[in-house]
Amino acid sequence: MENKVIYEKDLNLEATELRLGLPGTKKPEKQAPPSLKTSNKRALPDMNEESGSGNNSSVSDDGKSDRETAPAPKAQVVGWPPVRSFRKSCFQPKKTEAEEGRVYLKVSMDGAPYLRKIDLKVYKGYPELLKALEEMFKFSVGQYSEREGYNGSEYAPTYEDKDGDWMLVGDVPWDMFISSCKRLRIMKGSEARGLGCFL
Amino acid sequence: MSEDRNEMPEPEVDTRRREIAGVLTGEFQSPSPDQVLENVLENVLLFLTSRRDRNAVSLVCKSWYRAEALTRSDLFIGNCYAVSPRRAIERFRRVRSVVLKGKPRFADFNLMPPNWGAYFTPWVTAMATSYPWLEKVYLKRMFVTDRDLELLAQSFPAFKELVLVCCDGFGTSGLAGIASKCRQLRVLDLIEDEVADDEVDWISCFPESGTCLESLIFDCIECPINFEALERLVARSPSLRKLRLNRYVSIGQLYRLMIRAPQLTHLGSGSFSSSDIVAQGDQEPDYISAFAACRSLVCLSGFREIIPDYLPAIYPVCANLTSLNFSYANINTEQLKSVICHCHKLQIFWVLDSVCDEGLQAVAATCKELRELRVFPIDAREDSEGPVSEVGLQAISEGCRKLQSILYFCQRMTNAAVIAMSKNCSDLVVFRLCIMGRHRPDHITGEPMDEGFGAIVMNCKKLTRLAISGLLTDKAFSYIGKYGKLVRTLSVAFAGDSDMGLKYVLEGCPKLQKLEIRDSPFGDAALRSGLHHYYNMRFLWMSSCRLSRQGCEEIARAMPGLVVEVIRNENEEDKDGFEILYMYRSLERPRIDAPEFVTIL
Repeated sequence: MENKVIYEKDLNLEATELRLGLPGTKKPEKQAPPSLKTSNKRALPDMNEESGSGNNSSVSDDGKSDRETAPAPKAQVVGWPPVRSFRKSCFQPKKTEAEEGRVYLKVSMDGAPYLRKIDLKVYKGYPELLKALEEMFKFSVGQYSEREGYNGSEYAPTYEDKDGDWMLVGDVPWDMFISSCKRLRIMKGSEARGLGCFL
Repeated sequence: MSEDRNEMPEPEVDTRRREIAGVLTGEFQSPSPDQVLENVLENVLLFLTSRRDRNAVSLVCKSWYRAEALTRSDLFIGNCYAVSPRRAIERFRRVRSVVLKGKPRFADFNLMPPNWGAYFTPWVTAMATSYPWLEKVYLKRMFVTDRDLELLAQSFPAFKELVLVCCDGFGTSGLAGIASKCRQLRVLDLIEDEVADDEVDWISCFPESGTCLESLIFDCIECPINFEALERLVARSPSLRKLRLNRYVSIGQLYRLMIRAPQLTHLGSGSFSSSDIVAQGDQEPDYISAFAACRSLVCLSGFREIIPDYLPAIYPVCANLTSLNFSYANINTEQLKSVICHCHKLQIFWVLDSVCDEGLQAVAATCKELRELRVFPIDAREDSEGPVSEVGLQAISEGCRKLQSILYFCQRMTNAAVIAMSKNCSDLVVFRLCIMGRHRPDHITGEPMDEGFGAIVMNCKKLTRLAISGLLTDKAFSYIGKYGKLVRTLSVAFAGDSDMGLKYVLEGCPKLQKLEIRDSPFGDAALRSGLHHYYNMRFLWMSSCRLSRQGCEEIARAMPGLVVEVIRNENEEDKDGFEILYMYRSLERPRIDAPEFVTIL
């Protein structure tokens, strides 16, 4: 019988193939993308792998060039998509700040010509923070006590909290400090003494 | 009448001297017919404002060239390196307003290493002595320092307008100088600049006795401002019509400003959220009334950290709005619908794709007057979700027939929708489609996007600006070359198969002025095919393509009027390798302010 012959000639395995695509959609074939220039050092490792074959046949004769988009999220290419970085960053920090946990703060020191910035999340507690500040600005804070503040130094580390008040660093628990601290200032001399620091 | 003035030294000066001398001694000599004609011409040319018309006038003959040069008051320089300050000033002596553009656009996307150039300093230094009556300066993508601003503020007593777009290099201390010294200042517009926080209260620096401010735009400034000083400033600026606040101004503060300035026509609403948590029972200001009182408001933007609950406050102004910028407002479909249904007069609309296709359908249903649409991605990555698609584009094309300009970011697109837009929106002048996944085909047919873009160039007869994306073969470029006869600006990324693509464009598009290409397989042969045209272009940018240094050197040799820059990635160790070719016509010798990673061939 004709039908039987046809059946035998063309097993039509595709029709019986089990796959997850919708019926009627063609199975995407993996094809190399048009091979790109050789000197794009900013390209990602996976891009370079794909373009190794130098195959320009992404436009085949029948014009159907299906490409399987990479299942894993691609690392980003510089400057793509062409959205100014200001716009890109407007919506990301809200998400990623919690993940990356970066809290950059300005630190000023009385008498120093310019300010510095530090990432609070890098430190696990006050001792680390104070040590880093001491190294950064080349001074020493002296000894902290709850009653007397910082003893033995003409400097006092202070911070501005959410309400705009200047507080002495060290009074509140570390986690509370991180969430309420907006900027740091290392006060010097008589002002510092007012915060309970006795020389 | 051809005139050769070479025989007569400085005729106009001599004639004027004679006239004056004649008047003084009583022997008035009538001016020569040539002089009369030149005087008449100057008076007529005063009315000619279009720079293209003026350029044509200046080519008629020498006397027309001179008359035009004397009467041009608006100087436009599209590439600050195409001409030197000295040359510009020598030709045009009576300039009141200057437009200067610097870096190429792809520098916005971190493709160019910093410190490439485009310094304002040599310009402001030269103008300070030569243009004492300068009133307006407009800079785009220039590097401007605080000292430049200080010099500007000191040198021009009649200075009225400063507009800085996508500039950097200055901070709030430079602004303080402008505010305090430019007593006639009407316009201070800072748009998408990077402004350093020098911790200077520049808002307080404006004259205490009242200002002539008409426009104050500072929404790009990423540091707090002195709000009380701003409130007082608004109160003593009766001419203020445009005010765009940065995100450090809360909605409560916005309210206080609005009730002081109900005459505003353009408002940038700041953060549009409250800085504190408002407890139940707290008295919130009547935001709706404040908006209702602004009867002249036609342009609304801001919403930088919007709390959508506050959105109903703007309902009273929606019916009058011609421009609405929601591109920083993270709102969903329903929230957009509640606003857009009132915006019948809207002509310009910028929005985030968080509103989804359905939001765009709502726009299409109401905004029949829409001329410009921009849809930005809230998640600007290649593999993000992509809440808008061909569905939104199709809807817009059907509802907004008067559309002239579109910028559309998406993850999925079809040729059919693009073709539909080409047919429905025949007035399109600007078509920029960015399919964020590189090399993405039509997601329904699997075909390249050639036919869609082909239809755009074919059907949109007024098209001057085009940006293409998605999977594209040389065929797309052949369409552009064949039909894109008015195209002036073309942006290409990750497209094409071979040199033919670029050849089609360079040979087919006579009006092409700005061509920016990245990551496409075009090589030296393609570059050569544009030799006949490069002097007509403002610039060509090609990065991460298939060019070789020899190929670029060939061009540089063949075209002495071009400056050919090859720019290395800063980490690049191979001194011959380069990332970027940036070339432009110039009347000058190559610039001397280029950094080390730039080689001028």
